[in-house]
Amino acid sequence: MDILETLKTLVGDSGFTSFFADGGWKNLIMIVISCVLLYLGIVKKFEPLLLVGIAFGCLLVNVSNFFDPSIGEYGLSSENALYHPELWSAFLDESSEFYHSYGHIMKEGGLLDILYIGVKTGLYPSLIFLGVGAMTDFGPLLSNPKSLLLGAAAQMGVFLAFFGAVCLGFEGNEAASIGIIGGADGPTAIFLTGKLAPDLLGPIAIAAYSYMALIPAIQPPLMRLLTTEKERSVKMEQTREVSKTEKIIFPIIVALFVILLLPSTAPLVGCLMLGNLWKVCGVTERLSDTVQNGLMNIVTVFLGISVGATTVAANFLNIKTLEIIILGVIAFGFSTVGGLLVGKLMYKLSGGKINPLIGSAGVSAVPMAARVAQKEGQKANPTNFLLMHAMGPNVAGVIGSAIAAGFLLAVFG
Amino acid sequence: MNEIVTLASDFSIADAGKTAIFGYLVVFAGLAILMAILYIMGAFFKSKDAKAKEKKASEEAAKPEAAVEAPAAALAPGSAGHVKLYDVPDKEAAMIMAIVADKMQKPLNELHFISIKEVK
Repeated sequence: MDILETLKTLVGDSGFTSFFADGGWKNLIMIVISCVLLYLGIVKKFEPLLLVGIAFGCLLVNVSNFFDPSIGEYGLSSENALYHPELWSAFLDESSEFYHSYGHIMKEGGLLDILYIGVKTGLYPSLIFLGVGAMTDFGPLLSNPKSLLLGAAAQMGVFLAFFGAVCLGFEGNEAASIGIIGGADGPTAIFLTGKLAPDLLGPIAIAAYSYMALIPAIQPPLMRLLTTEKERSVKMEQTREVSKTEKIIFPIIVALFVILLLPSTAPLVGCLMLGNLWKVCGVTERLSDTVQNGLMNIVTVFLGISVGATTVAANFLNIKTLEIIILGVIAFGFSTVGGLLVGKLMYKLSGGKINPLIGSAGVSAVPMAARVAQKEGQKANPTNFLLMHAMGPNVAGVIGSAIAAGFLLAVFG
Repeated sequence: MNEIVTLASDFSIADAGKTAIFGYLVVFAGLAILMAILYIMGAFFKSKDAKAKEKKASEEAAKPEAAVEAPAAALAPGSAGHVKLYDVPDKEAAMIMAIVADKMQKPLNELHFISIKEVK
């Protein structure tokens, strides 16, 4: 055995050498970014259940996948990489012999390529929605159906950011995926982006989850800017009790109506409502418990790490990512503004009985946005309890963002 | 739907504006129809509840006065008695008690609430 040759081979194959190769510095930057994301998740507790997985996926993919110009058209590969963007580019390329070939992915792919199949097929977001449905109480929405209008109004940011993205030169499908960040609904954003613009999945998922975690910082200034002290201090009347039968009928009606209206929403709305039916029907407690806990946790593991895997340095570090981050915060801001404006309208029309702050909760992000409305309401009037009133628009926002995603999928899918 | 597909394949800023407005309207229309359905459903259940209450009230009124009032239910083991509520609904009272227990880091069954009154 030639020790010197072996050493040379080991050094040449090592990832450390790759940092000094063509474009290797980008991987180094991504590793730093992944450490920042880990810090935000672990220390600052920004959506830690997903962000820690995403950050570690980002770390894993950027220590195992280096730019290799010798590969050719797709230009990225590493034999030992956990995720191979070039395989997915070939998967999406109609002229490639591996077009839509999951077999090729299974044969050639790394661990994260295989896990990513669940994102590409829309499996993970749908299963997450199953759990979300089982954890959601639609009672506040049923007792105050007007909340649905606030949930609709708070989708304003989705369409404004979509328009803004087209103005910045993004393709329609990419713009639609960026816009959905404004829905403040991580699984919906991943579902739509996985279908329409998988190349942008990394930045969009990171933007969506980071901004959801930043809701307590993004929303309050807008709430104070757009509402008066008098409006914020409005105490809302107790809503009526909702019977169990109504709660059972609700998911069936929503599934029927929304899926018939926009068939492309079927995976998300179908799973959301099935999860909710399991929760409320009273005869499937075991299933409800499983989807809320065990299944939700398992899918979160796979979803986080495989979304993180898409942040390959050569794809992630570009001007598009920066634009997505900026458009994302605009989308969030305008969604809040949309909800607040319709909330103000309802305040006027109801003769001051509706607190406009609950409109800001229409941006999904359950239950964070409702908590922010409660907190701001209580600042204006310490005896104010808006939480249950804000939960109505909050869960309406989940349905609203699913409808918005369904519309965009119908147009660009 | 054919019209929409054409829109997507040949996309300009004007088309993007139209799509954004149309999309927002679709979301509004969808949820507004759902709202109408929920109002109808709510009205049906409210009237059903009202009828059930009326029936119960008339049945109770028809009962002979001689019927002896049932003794008060025994308190649950560990209970410290009832809380007097002044202008506070049951739900809010439960929420307040839970918040107080959480803030004090004490189990709820170790706290004794005598009364809860809304400060106006």
